[in-house]
This record gives sequence, structure tokens and C-alpha cells, in this order.
Amino acid sequence: MSLTDIPTPRHIPDRLSGQGARILRSWELLLFVIAVLIFLANTQASPYFLDPWNLSDATFNFTEKAMVAFAMALLIIAGEIDLSVAGIIALASTAMGWALQFGVGTPGLIFIGLGVGLLCGAFNGVLVTRLGLPSIVVTIGTMSLFRGLSYIVLGDQAFNGYPTDFAWLGRGYVVWVISFELLLFVVLALIYGAVLHFTNFGRHVFTIGNNATAARFSGIRVERVKMILFLLTGLMSGIAAVCLTARLGSTRPSIASAWELEIVTMVVLGGVSILGGSGSILGVVIAALVMGMVTFGLGLLNVPGIVMSIFIGGLLIGVIALPRLFRLLRRGRV
Amino acid sequence: MTFTRRLAIGVSLAASLIGTTAMAQDPVRIALVAKSLGNGFFEAAARGAEEAAAELGNTEIIYTGPTDTTAEGQIEVINSLIAQRVDAIAISANDPDALVPALQKAMQRGITVISWDSGVAAEGREMHLAPSSDELIGKTIIKLAADHLPDGGKVAVLSATSTSTNQNTWIAEMNKVMGDYPNIEVVATVYGDDLADKSYREAQGLMQSHPDLDAIIAPTSVGIVAAAQAVADAGMIGKVNVTGLGLPSEMAGAIDSGASQSFAIWNPVDLGYTTAMIAHALATDGATAEPGATIGTGRMGSVTLDDTNSAAMSEPFTYDKSNIEEFKSIF
Repeated sequence: MSLTDIPTPRHIPDRLSGQGARILRSWELLLFVIAVLIFLANTQASPYFLDPWNLSDATFNFTEKAMVAFAMALLIIAGEIDLSVAGIIALASTAMGWALQFGVGTPGLIFIGLGVGLLCGAFNGVLVTRLGLPSIVVTIGTMSLFRGLSYIVLGDQAFNGYPTDFAWLGRGYVVWVISFELLLFVVLALIYGAVLHFTNFGRHVFTIGNNATAARFSGIRVERVKMILFLLTGLMSGIAAVCLTARLGSTRPSIASAWELEIVTMVVLGGVSILGGSGSILGVVIAALVMGMVTFGLGLLNVPGIVMSIFIGGLLIGVIALPRLFRLLRRGRV
Repeated sequence: MTFTRRLAIGVSLAASLIGTTAMAQDPVRIALVAKSLGNGFFEAAARGAEEAAAELGNTEIIYTGPTDTTAEGQIEVINSLIAQRVDAIAISANDPDALVPALQKAMQRGITVISWDSGVAAEGREMHLAPSSDELIGKTIIKLAADHLPDGGKVAVLSATSTSTNQNTWIAEMNKVMGDYPNIEVVATVYGDDLADKSYREAQGLMQSHPDLDAIIAPTSVGIVAAAQAVADAGMIGKVNVTGLGLPSEMAGAIDSGASQSFAIWNPVDLGYTTAMIAHALATDGATAEPGATIGTGRMGSVTLDDTNSAAMSEPFTYDKSNIEEFKSIF
């Protein structure tokens, strides 16, 4: 049975309905207001903020993480998670550096980076969908496995000497201050937004996250959808690895360390329910902008990084706590 | 709020902004970038840099760094410093290669870039200031252990991460002179990742797997404190001597208890001071970074650049019971 043969599906909303629905539905709006406020605060706090080149430099703080966050958002909406993404980036980068030693050119390097990402995603996907293991456990394991392989290959060494046209992928500009990475971020955001919100596949992702059993009885091939999501997450990690490696111009096994937590933070801050079943790509895009602007704005004021972490942590707890708090308050009133 | 009052506030705000810019007369802004914040060594270096700034006059020190010791974090810091158009960036690098593109961008935009303490690859900086020479440090750390082992014995190394440029070079230099100490055997090298708890566990592990261990050499200020604590907790004071590189303020307890007989370190206050002096000289065109050039560094005398545009400040200094009281309050 092909996807189009499914009888008209029952409407399943992108958001959980219920008492907190209105607040949840307006989360993107609230986040957007926060983003605008942070932007205005930054323009007041530092005379250097409103400079096109400075703002362009600042986008590098989040573009690579956000690319992975798009795929992660779909995965979390479907009720799974992948904590091995930073490990995949390290392994993909190491594979590219290794291939470089044999004179592989830029197209080959990109192919290898994306290929390793896909393979790692497939490995996670098979363990979760075929063996039925919980994804959080599987990917905590592969997180160490993938990065461990990089450490075995590299130790305290580094691969460098990437060609100039490869470096362009991480440092080049398409037009004026629009970097290649920024353009890629926008294109991927549009693709993921379209796939999640306007295709049958996107409907299936929401359905699985809301109720996997019901989804299965509705004829959705749950395992296949999840497998595709793990592959996508691996592929996006591969793309992030290409961009980050090109930007740094070198590969060390500690590359992108602790990024998995920042990526999950971005997704949850974007209003994606950590329990699955609801969320939007627009929210993730705004969350990426918020995190990027907070990091850059506080950096301009030379505020220690730990203050930024506290701010992001506070926002994150607010995200999870606010809807529930509103719900409790409303129940108290009734 | 009336329109006129709002306007008045706006105008006075703008005026005060213009006022501060005009009054400051463009001070020389030197950014001192640490590997990570919250590390006593870098805090001490920042104090030294402030001392140099006070001596030079009209100089502002921006002491900053990432929360974790990552290259990505330092790149974000560098980008924000480029955006602020500082005059000089002096960085202790978490990764010699990954910072190069960001630092090259800084240099293209007219910012003086030097590395200090932990270096950047030559194409990413104008010069590098090493606190001491690697050779002297390598010789010093094994001599510290050997001085208290006249009959020879077994020693182990507790390092930072396996990717730390500094520590790996020093251990390599140490191994070169092991021929001078025929009775001393290095039985293991372990990595505490510059984390207190991991270093502590690694030190415990060393004592368990080598019951006849005589000394632990930790060429890292985090590792040496953790190792001294592990030795004290295991009741091995007098049997295992902890030595290496550490901060006097953090090691005073270990020297008092006898867990450590002696250790060495260059003076980070001097290092920050020298770094700021050099950065100021290069940023104001008082000196040029080229092989053979000599740059005056105030009370520290001067440094001379070698073929790779690197310079060494001074030899590491040994601290023990005789001088720890004097230095522990300094850094």
C-alpha cells in the first residue's frame, strides 16, 4: 500500500489540544517577542551590535547546530531522541580528515562526510527500530562509541590542510554578508518546515508521537518512519560536520563536544514537546535565533560564558514549566 | 510620559554616550583571552595584565574566555572581540589549528593577534609568548621528582587531556632527559582531563595498580591538587610524593601536609604582565613581530623572538616549604 492509498486521515493537530492549548499554540509568538526584546536590548547595550558584518559573524554561533536541530525536532516529535549527534559530527569530520590524507578532493570529502553521517544514523535506527531498544539508551551508547572511534584514530593529533574550496563551505559568502552556512540554514528550515507541516510524512510523524500504537493500527509503518528520521538526523549531522570542519579548517576528536545538549535545548526551547507529539520548525528557527543572539550579545559585553548558560537554562525551564503552570492555575480557578 | 520629556531623556542618553567616547580618548584595548574562565592561573594572569595597563596608561584590559575549554567557544569569543574592534587579542589557545581562520580574520581587520601560554599555529598569530621553554619545563618536572629520590624509584605522570599541546610537549621533553636518571622508571601516564574528580580517581588508580609508586608528576594545576588530595586521603603521605606544576595558593595545604615536597610554576602574574606589554607594543607599532626582534617588557626586561616568532619569558620557579608562605597569597 502506498502512502497515497491511505483513506482520508483523521485530522491530527500539530499541537496537543487541551486546557493549555491556547498558550501552547502561541508559544512561537511568545518566543518571537522574546527574540525581538533581546534584539532591542542588544542594540541598546552595545554600539557594535547593529553592524551587518558583526551580525553575519554571529550567525555562525548557531547555524550548524540549528541544521541538526531541524532533524532532531522531527525525531523528538515522533517520540524518539538522538544524543549521538555530536559524536556523529566528530566521526564524520575524522573520516573526512582521514580521506584528505589520500588526496580526496572537495566533492569526495562532502560525500564521505554525509555518507558517514547516514551510516551512523542507520546504525542508531537499526538498533532502535529492529531490536526495539529505547533510543535514549542506544544513542547515549553510540555517543561515546562514535567519538571514541575518533579518539582512536586521532589521539592528540589533528587533521588539517583542507583545500580552499572546501573551506568556502564554512567561511564563504554567497552575496554580501549572507554566508553559505546561513543560506543553507534558511533553505533547510524551509524544507523541514514544508515536510513536517505540509506532507503526509509530517502527519505520520505527529501521529506516531501522539500515539504510536494508534498510528500502527491506522496503517502507518511506524518503524519505517522512525528509521527515516534517524537517517535524516545522521545526514544532518554529516552536513553540520562538513560545515564545521570547513569553518575550523581542522579536525580534532574533541570537535563539537557537548553539542548534543545545545541542540536538544534549541529544539525544546522552540516549543517541541520533549514527550513527543507536538512542535513546529518555526519555533526551532526562532529558538536558534534567540540562542545565537544571547550568546553574541552577551559576548559583546564580555559577559562570562557561564552567565549565558544560566540565561539559556532559565529560558529552558521556563519553557517546560510555564504551560504546566498555566494549566494548574486554570484548574485552580475552575 | 510626555513627548518632550521622552525626547529630553533620549537626547541626554545620546549625549552621555558621545561624552564617554570623547572623554576616553581611544584607549588601547587589549583582550586577554583565557582557555576558560574560573581558572586561578588565568585570573592571576589577568591581574598581571592590569598591572601592565596601569603602568602603560590609557590602556584597557578585556579579560574574557569561554565557559568550557573548547575551540568552538573561543571562536565565539574571538568573533565578539572582532565585532568590538579591540586593538589587540592575546589568546591562550584551546586548539592550535581550529582558531586559525577566526584569528586570521581578526588580523585582516587590523587587530594585533598574539598567543601566550598555549600557542596558536604560526599562520594564526603574529607571535607567541611561551611562559618558559618546553625543554626547561620537561627537565624541571623530572628533576623535582628525582631530587627527593636519591636511590631512584618509580614515578607516574598524571597529565591533563590526551590532546593538550602543552602537557604532551613537556612529557616528551621529560622523556628526552630520562637517560640522566637511570634509577628512575616512569611506570604509567594517565589523563585526568583537567577535571578535579577525574584526576583524583586517576591518581587513586595509579596508587592501586602500582603499590610501590614513589612519586606522581602532574604537569597541570588541576591534576597536582587532585593527586595531592588522593595521596593524603589514601594515607600515603611520605610514601608517594606529588610534584609537577601547580599554583602556590592551591598547593599550600599539600606542602604543609607533606603530600608534596616541592613543585614548580612560572609566575602567571608575570606572564599576564609580559603578554600585555608585548600586545601593547605591537598594537601601537612600538615594536614589530619578526624573527630576531627584541621587545621590551617593562619590569620583566625583554624577550627575543626566534625563527618561528616565538619567545620564552623565563625559567619555571620551584616552590617548597621555604617560600610557599610568601607566594600563596599572591596567586
